[in-house]
Amino acid sequence: MALFRYKDSKTQALADHLNETAQRQFTQEELFQFAPYDPDAGERGGYSGYSYWRSTLRAFRKDRTAMFFLCVIALTLLFTFLEPLIPYDRQPNTIYYTERAEINLFTRQPVLDENGDPVVKVSLAKDLAPGKEFWFGTNTIGQDLWSQIWAGTRNSLAIGFAVACVDALLGILVGVLWGYVRKLDFLFTELYNVFDNVPQTLLVIIISYILRPGMGTMIFAMCLTSWLQTARFVRNQVVIIRDRDYNLASRCLGTSTWHIITRNLLPYLVSIITMRMALAIPAAINNEVFITYIGLGVPLETPTLGNLVEAGRKVMSEAALRYQLFIPVIILATITISFYIIGNAFADAADPKNHVN
Amino acid sequence: MAKYIGKRLLRSLLTLFIIITIVFSLLRLMPVEGYFQNFEKMSSTQIRVGLQQLGLTDPLPVQMAKFWKGVFQGDLGVSHKYRVGVSVLDIIGGKMPLSLSIGLCSLGIALLLGLPLGILMARSTRTRWKIGDRLGTVFVVVIQAVPAAVYYLLIQFYGSRLPGASMFFDAGRPATWLLPIFSLALGNIAYYAMWLRRYMVDESNKDYVKLARAKGVPTAEISRKHIFRNAFVPLVQFIPTSVILTLMGSLYVESLYSIPGMGGLLVTAIQTQDNTLVQALVLIYAAISILGLLVGDILMAILDPRITLGQKEGGR
Repeated sequence: MALFRYKDSKTQALADHLNETAQRQFTQEELFQFAPYDPDAGERGGYSGYSYWRSTLRAFRKDRTAMFFLCVIALTLLFTFLEPLIPYDRQPNTIYYTERAEINLFTRQPVLDENGDPVVKVSLAKDLAPGKEFWFGTNTIGQDLWSQIWAGTRNSLAIGFAVACVDALLGILVGVLWGYVRKLDFLFTELYNVFDNVPQTLLVIIISYILRPGMGTMIFAMCLTSWLQTARFVRNQVVIIRDRDYNLASRCLGTSTWHIITRNLLPYLVSIITMRMALAIPAAINNEVFITYIGLGVPLETPTLGNLVEAGRKVMSEAALRYQLFIPVIILATITISFYIIGNAFADAADPKNHVN
Repeated sequence: MAKYIGKRLLRSLLTLFIIITIVFSLLRLMPVEGYFQNFEKMSSTQIRVGLQQLGLTDPLPVQMAKFWKGVFQGDLGVSHKYRVGVSVLDIIGGKMPLSLSIGLCSLGIALLLGLPLGILMARSTRTRWKIGDRLGTVFVVVIQAVPAAVYYLLIQFYGSRLPGASMFFDAGRPATWLLPIFSLALGNIAYYAMWLRRYMVDESNKDYVKLARAKGVPTAEISRKHIFRNAFVPLVQFIPTSVILTLMGSLYVESLYSIPGMGGLLVTAIQTQDNTLVQALVLIYAAISILGLLVGDILMAILDPRITLGQKEGGR
């Protein structure tokens, strides 16, 4: 709809301009003068000022849903860094205590002291539902979930971005060479087979045994294997287009391999690669959830979304405690959905055929 | 083509050897205390005898030679931890058929539902309101966004209230197969629908499609005969691998429904340091997944005659 309105307004503007010129009064001299002749004018194309990335961005900006989710991601990112500054002084790893009236286990009545007042006992502030004091409630050992969740989101996003960057660099480089250069096909196919078949679990165990378990170790262990799938993915695409006629023509003209890769192959794959990259960040976060599930995640004093989801999953059978699962899952889902929609819209915008209208 | 396949098969043997060597050496890096349950209470003599029994005191090349000798005689050794004294092949042979049948069912369902969904979504991008595309995207996004561990749990929690369904798997009762198969299929449905849509949308902007449309070929025929055939090529590479992945079973689903399958066997074996079991599993998985990559390449070359695999004149 918006597009139609945009088009209508353009047409209107053009018609107005034409009318204006037609109605302008010309003097006699103006009407009978030779127009200056410019031989280059006929050669100018309609899209002389065309820039691929500018057009892509323009097409992308038109997609309102994608822009909305871009704002969501930007705000989430900003908020994870600003969160420690807001006046809510609770630390992610501090265990909080609360005063509760002591309850007699048999009569289920509050225990009263000799004055008739309820006896107050200090106990762990565990499993408190979200409320004024603890905004997202507390977990099963009395830690504050609000600060845990934002620290966890910050750590998970850091893991996601780091792994996705390595993924993109190595994956695209290896994938294109593997797909295009036939002499390297042997080397990379076998390299892929070797890396793909050494179990990730084994690598994670041994790396955390040799190095100290923690964020850096986790990122390193995930980077070792994550680029494989991207490389294979890109390679398949390159194999499909490497023998198309335009590449054959380029080769006949003696274009260098590097030039063919950067000018003939990669521009063709922009839409598919951006989609893949947009999914790489949530995939890394989800992979971290899986590694935590099999008990090899980062230590518990570093909150991540993986640790939080895993802790929430354990108390899921109690309806009153489900907020401990649902809050981290909702945040994880928001991040994934945003990246998916942005990636999809960008992939659509990256197709030059969608630029013209 | 045949020459290329033969060459690649021969190379695969070398790769298999390298993989096993790497995994073998990595396993020897694992901490010694992991092999014994009460390591702190054992004297050094006991530890030495224990390691000798596991065959870990020999130098690495000797251990490797012993292992390969066993492999060529069809003997992959006995499990030390998982089920003590039982042949590794017996353990795997007892578990694999179950995982395979559940996995193949779910993959079949995923292809049957996922591909039509992808086509539907791609076709409805050309209609005015894009209802099919929007609904499909919502489904794909939700499945992608919620961690598998969570929605499996929800399916089990609410699905088991249906008549006939149960929280636990029972091979004799077909109704109990439904929930695990359905849970496993969901992820694949979303995966195939998402990528098929992407490829078909990219493909449907091409000139040959415009020509077909201009000629007056019916839309259904264009998307089935022209677009789908071209868009399916990149996906076909992943199908043999998907079949192989079903062999490995799903850790989440199998532990949720207590299915005695392959899921988590490798993880458990690595965590309990059952070296013989790990080596056998890695050998088997590696062999089939190498084969899967090759079959995928061949399928891709068959489906799209423009793709050539071997060395060709003018190839680089």
